Amino acid sequence: MLETNKHIGPKDFVLSIEGLTVSFDGFKAVNDLSLYVEEQEIRVIIGPNGAGKTTVLDLICGRTKATEGSIKFKGKELTKMNEHQIVHAGVGRKFQNPSIYEDLTVFENLELSFPRGRNVWGALTFRRDKEVIDKVQEVADMIFLGDKLDMPADLLSHGQKQWLEIGMLLIQDPELLMLDEPVAGMSVSERKQTAELLNRITKDRSVLVIEHDMQFVADIAHRVTVLHQGQVLSEGSMERVQNDPKVIEVYLGH
Amino acid sequence: MFADYSMAELTSIFAMQGFAGLILFSVFVLMALGLAIIFGQMGVINMAHGEFMILGAYVTYLTSNVFSAYLPESIYGSYFFIAMILAFFITGALGALVEWSIIRHLYKRPLDTLLATWGLSLIMQQIYRSVFGAREVGVTLPDWLMGSYAITDMIEVPINGIFVMVLTIVITIAVALMMQRSRLGKQTRAVVQNRPMAAAVGINTEKVDRLTFALGCGIAGIAGSAFTMIGSTGPTAGQLYIVDTFLVVVFGGASSLIGTVASAFTISQAQSTMEFFLSGSMAKVLTLLTVVIILMLRPEGLFSLKMRR
Amino acid sequence: MNKVGSFIGRYQLSHFIILALLIFVVMPLALDSFRLNMVGKYLTYAFVALGLVLCWGYGGILSLGQGVFFGIGGYCMAMFLKLEASSPENTAIQSTPGIPDFMDWNQLTELPWFWVPFQSFTFTIFAILILPAAFAFIIAVAMFKRRVGGVYFAIITQAIAAILTILIIGQQGYTGGVNGITDLRTLHGWDIRTDEAKTILYFVNGLLLFGCLFVARYIIKSKLGRLLVAMREREDRVRFSGYDVSAFKIFIFCAAATISAIGGAMFTLQVGFMSPTFVGTGPSIEMVIFCALGGRLAILGAVYGALVVNWAKTSFSESFPELWLFAMGALFIGVVMAFPNGLAGLYQTYIAPWLQKYVPEKFHWIITNRNPEESGAEIAVAGETASEDEKKSKAGELSHAGN
Repeated sequence: MLETNKHIGPKDFVLSIEGLTVSFDGFKAVNDLSLYVEEQEIRVIIGPNGAGKTTVLDLICGRTKATEGSIKFKGKELTKMNEHQIVHAGVGRKFQNPSIYEDLTVFENLELSFPRGRNVWGALTFRRDKEVIDKVQEVADMIFLGDKLDMPADLLSHGQKQWLEIGMLLIQDPELLMLDEPVAGMSVSERKQTAELLNRITKDRSVLVIEHDMQFVADIAHRVTVLHQGQVLSEGSMERVQNDPKVIEVYLGH
Repeated sequence: MFADYSMAELTSIFAMQGFAGLILFSVFVLMALGLAIIFGQMGVINMAHGEFMILGAYVTYLTSNVFSAYLPESIYGSYFFIAMILAFFITGALGALVEWSIIRHLYKRPLDTLLATWGLSLIMQQIYRSVFGAREVGVTLPDWLMGSYAITDMIEVPINGIFVMVLTIVITIAVALMMQRSRLGKQTRAVVQNRPMAAAVGINTEKVDRLTFALGCGIAGIAGSAFTMIGSTGPTAGQLYIVDTFLVVVFGGASSLIGTVASAFTISQAQSTMEFFLSGSMAKVLTLLTVVIILMLRPEGLFSLKMRR
Repeated sequence: MNKVGSFIGRYQLSHFIILALLIFVVMPLALDSFRLNMVGKYLTYAFVALGLVLCWGYGGILSLGQGVFFGIGGYCMAMFLKLEASSPENTAIQSTPGIPDFMDWNQLTELPWFWVPFQSFTFTIFAILILPAAFAFIIAVAMFKRRVGGVYFAIITQAIAAILTILIIGQQGYTGGVNGITDLRTLHGWDIRTDEAKTILYFVNGLLLFGCLFVARYIIKSKLGRLLVAMREREDRVRFSGYDVSAFKIFIFCAAATISAIGGAMFTLQVGFMSPTFVGTGPSIEMVIFCALGGRLAILGAVYGALVVNWAKTSFSESFPELWLFAMGALFIGVVMAFPNGLAGLYQTYIAPWLQKYVPEKFHWIITNRNPEESGAEIAVAGETASEDEKKSKAGELSHAGN
């Protein structure tokens, strides 16, 4: 273990997953998985349906508890933390279907995600001061919703909802951003805008993305991990992965 | 505290107390079965469940009156079986009507279902009071249910109690078989597991919902029918057991019939055994409190492995 | 969002003023002392209904055991008053003078330990505010930390109400049993049974109610209120925005418990006794209908709901007692199925627009609830529920027709 740490210590890797296993009634959705994400890296996870991609994100953010293995984020063991503690540690997660507060306005959606007043007393005494308003405006501009702050969120288009959720993560300024199919259901122009957005916001953080759209993956990924049956099948640059015979077998052999 | 009793006396006291517990167990099982089907399979809380049971009891009471007034005395002994069938179908039909008029509109709002069915229970109570009067009514037991059976010199068990227990076992097995084997049972479980998929393969999910609810209510009707064998019936008698029954179902893990039976057994035995040492009310308080505390520590119930929320 | 506006929106302010006029001016002028005392009693239920607006309407937590907290408040106050009424002089004829009469009847010879601190008024006030919150805290921590909610929570709270009732009735010597704690006379020597005292208590009750309304108003307009709304829709999103969801649920449930207990204490003072009939499962679920009728998201609606239901209950039981359960049952079903937003929803959908037609525009701020400066989470939620119900019932009709 010490030996390993010399080479892949927490300094180099923001996120290091080792020997991660989770089983549901005996079925191993994730099986002895190891994965390392570097600082400022955009890592895309691809793989066929049921490969365990979403489960990996669930495990990292604490939604599912691991049966075995460890997830270290900046040296902190996430498997022993609650969901909100993991968020406080600097991990943000976007769900597959846009998960926003449709009863509230765009402004309120972003405001609720602003990382202040997160306990009961803080929420009771929270004031909408200049710092909050400025930050909300800044993020809203970034996600192309700067002029829609007062709009109830349920009136947004599907793509705009996806952006809003990304914005809700950005306002927390996480060091690790996890996105589950961020461009699903988006139009071609929205996809382009999203790719541009992702490239812009990933400057000072690491990003873990699940995506099916290969063009989009090629646009953004630094490295690609292919999952299959809960295990890493292949890892490396997009080009390398695409030419890996094992990957071709899995994708075309079925 | 045992010093005053001889060994034989103690044995018989425990045996009698255990038997009283078994009767309570039968009542719990009969009431909880219907509830477990409705709550466990559909996630619906029917606060009027006790009133459906009382309807079954009143149907039995009316049937026995009709038998004694219009039919020869020789066949009075068989009224109970007719009454039970009538109780099942009448409460079942009312259940289907309630599902159609109220419940189906509220499937997405379980807490509101709870309030609406509470309203229904108030209305049913008042109807009983207006029709049958506020006083409790009882049936005349047929001869073959009277008396008691002496196991030893000191241990005597009432025959009506034995009958209710046998009935409970038969109904439980019938319901279990029905859920496992019958078409409705399979369809119900299919709908519970995956509603859109069940609909896609051609199951009429609305009809299944209605039949399941009606079945649960019908079983409550049978429970009420059996109830008349061991006690009298009043307009508010249904409220008496409703909290216990909900706890039985939740404690049993809500989704499994075996869990429900096991939990009914545990609770009823705990309560009747404690009644020997404490006053009746304290025994009930301690039993319910223990159940509540266990449920707080283990919300999925004692006998279920799967977490339900 | 400035000055007063940030605390109570100007438009809502008008509704507060109307209610204040009703409670502090119209009622005292229009009603005799007996009826006013009765309204005072109804208003103590408004505390419970207000608590339910917070924990059920906003928090999505339906408690069927609010009578427990109402009862704790009521019993704490009753214990203090009973001890004052049981001075050795007043109880000289008992075999043990100086203890409450029912204890003497049950052969108790000294004051039980848990009664002793209630000789102090300060402790009593402390207990009324803290005890229910502490009890609610234990329940809430156990349930919400394990993410239990919905119908499970409802069943457990109902069971707790049932247990407490059986306990109170069973332990007659310590609690006064089924009759409760009766024959309460004075508060620090001030006779609470006179008409004058009852009128004063009515006003005190009204002021406390408004205090609680302002607190509730502050809570729901704070970020915590928006979080509760957000939580009902997307609990996971709130959790993964870094909030400990259970902490907020625990807080709102404890707040509701304390508010209910204040109502219970005021009930004892105004009515002069406390008994298990206000604690059990029946009364507890009845309290939910006060809230549901008023509108589960409307804090002022809770007051109107409590007033209307209890006024109706009194009138029915005076003239047609046999119809009351029918009316009550129909109310439960009707409110849930046809008007899930209660009176407040009806007002917003039908009455306010109708009034707007006949009232000059410059007075519209009195009528409408909408505050353009505020985001109106409340309105949006109410609208959402109503339209969803409409959709559902329409879908139901269609599919039924399709059969």
